[in-house]
Amino acid sequence: MAITSIKNLKEFSTNNDRFEGAHTLCPGCAHSMIVRELMNCTDDNLVIAANTGCLEVSTAVYPFTSWDTSWIHIGFENAATAVTGSEAMYRARKKKGTLKDPNAPVKFVAFGGDGSTYDIGFQWLSGAMERGHDFTYICLDNENYANTGGQRSSSTPIGATTSTAQAGSASYGKKEKKKDIVAIMAAHGAPYVAQLAPNKWKSMAKGFQTALETEGPCFINTVSACCTEWRFDPKDTIHITDLATDTLMFPIYEIINGHELNILYRPKNVVPVEEYLNAQGRYKHLFKPENKHVIEKIQSDINEYWDKLQRREEARI
Amino acid sequence: MSKGILAVDNRGKRELGADKLVGWDEVTQGIVLTSFEGDAANIASLKAEERTYSDFNSYTATVASWRVIKPIYNRDICIDCQNCWVWCPDSSIISRDKQMLGIDYDHCKGCQVCVEVCPTNPKSLLMFVEAEEIETALAQWPEKKKN
Repeated sequence: MAITSIKNLKEFSTNNDRFEGAHTLCPGCAHSMIVRELMNCTDDNLVIAANTGCLEVSTAVYPFTSWDTSWIHIGFENAATAVTGSEAMYRARKKKGTLKDPNAPVKFVAFGGDGSTYDIGFQWLSGAMERGHDFTYICLDNENYANTGGQRSSSTPIGATTSTAQAGSASYGKKEKKKDIVAIMAAHGAPYVAQLAPNKWKSMAKGFQTALETEGPCFINTVSACCTEWRFDPKDTIHITDLATDTLMFPIYEIINGHELNILYRPKNVVPVEEYLNAQGRYKHLFKPENKHVIEKIQSDINEYWDKLQRREEARI
Repeated sequence: MSKGILAVDNRGKRELGADKLVGWDEVTQGIVLTSFEGDAANIASLKAEERTYSDFNSYTATVASWRVIKPIYNRDICIDCQNCWVWCPDSSIISRDKQMLGIDYDHCKGCQVCVEVCPTNPKSLLMFVEAEEIETALAQWPEKKKN
């Protein structure tokens, strides 16, 4: 029995957690907020694979598992491959009639961090999307390789300092722009692609449910604020995510069938990006006078991208 | 550790949960950890207290030692909005039948997210040092703030 709609938080809270505590993610990590929400928004059986990353190593510390569903610990790149393989086997066994309970609803989900989604597992993910399996891929985007000490990934935004793109007298941190993974996945012609954030729990739960219900490959990029590598106090995870969505650093939107773009959240007051940058230690150096142009560049990129999204929403292309 | 053959290596069978644990470097084919004892088909419909967790489930472990400060919950002020439930990263807010019941101190890491997202005035969750008794904490709860 699938939960079809969640009216309010009180109703949502009656669902039983299937992601257990005592995992070893950092206090205040947004990863577990996102994973909990996915597993709470459905009653269906879940088959989950996770790429190597914070989530994988922290939820399966031998001899413990934090998962109350089928879950596989797999390599850095191939959660998409593992879960689509399971899905293919499920379909084959259903056809042959060898399943114990063929009517039980099963959903296939892969989790990956941004390192394994934007970089290392990109080829595997692209292949799985192209093959058209019925699965949902969720990227927990914390903009760096947090598990191994905060190296830059192709998701790291311009201007952020990381352990391999450090800010100093000669550099202002990472110089390249963030890869637009949502547009790339939409270009695969996927039936449902979205970018969501845990502070907007309702649109997130709705997005997850849509992705699970949609037949075919779905991709969701979620903003996962990382208190360790973004350098803010763990208690501010939701506040930072609020700033990320209100400054439009992370616009929340969905793309259906590769062309129907819907913006899911329009901030009443768009906050200047300085506030978001100022709240995090990784952007501290941008407030030196010589780096002022980087902040201006970030703001103009955001404006340009927001404009593009709105035009795409209107034109349906 | 629980019973059952869960890991097999090429040098002969060895039970996980026998006298000696299989080390992570001795396993050649991987390990299957079962989250529950017995049938786990309807887990989504069972509350935590109705489930038969196996020893491999991290629910049976604790991270309480990570904390130096802990949240304390004041039932008198709470409006059951469930903000703390939805944003708790450690599944440590116990909510049953749309009511917030309290905090699971075995799994809480003291991150303070629940206090930050609490909308009441004064807050119904506040951080105290780990050694604080709940009664004394409730006795010194702040008054309602006037803007």
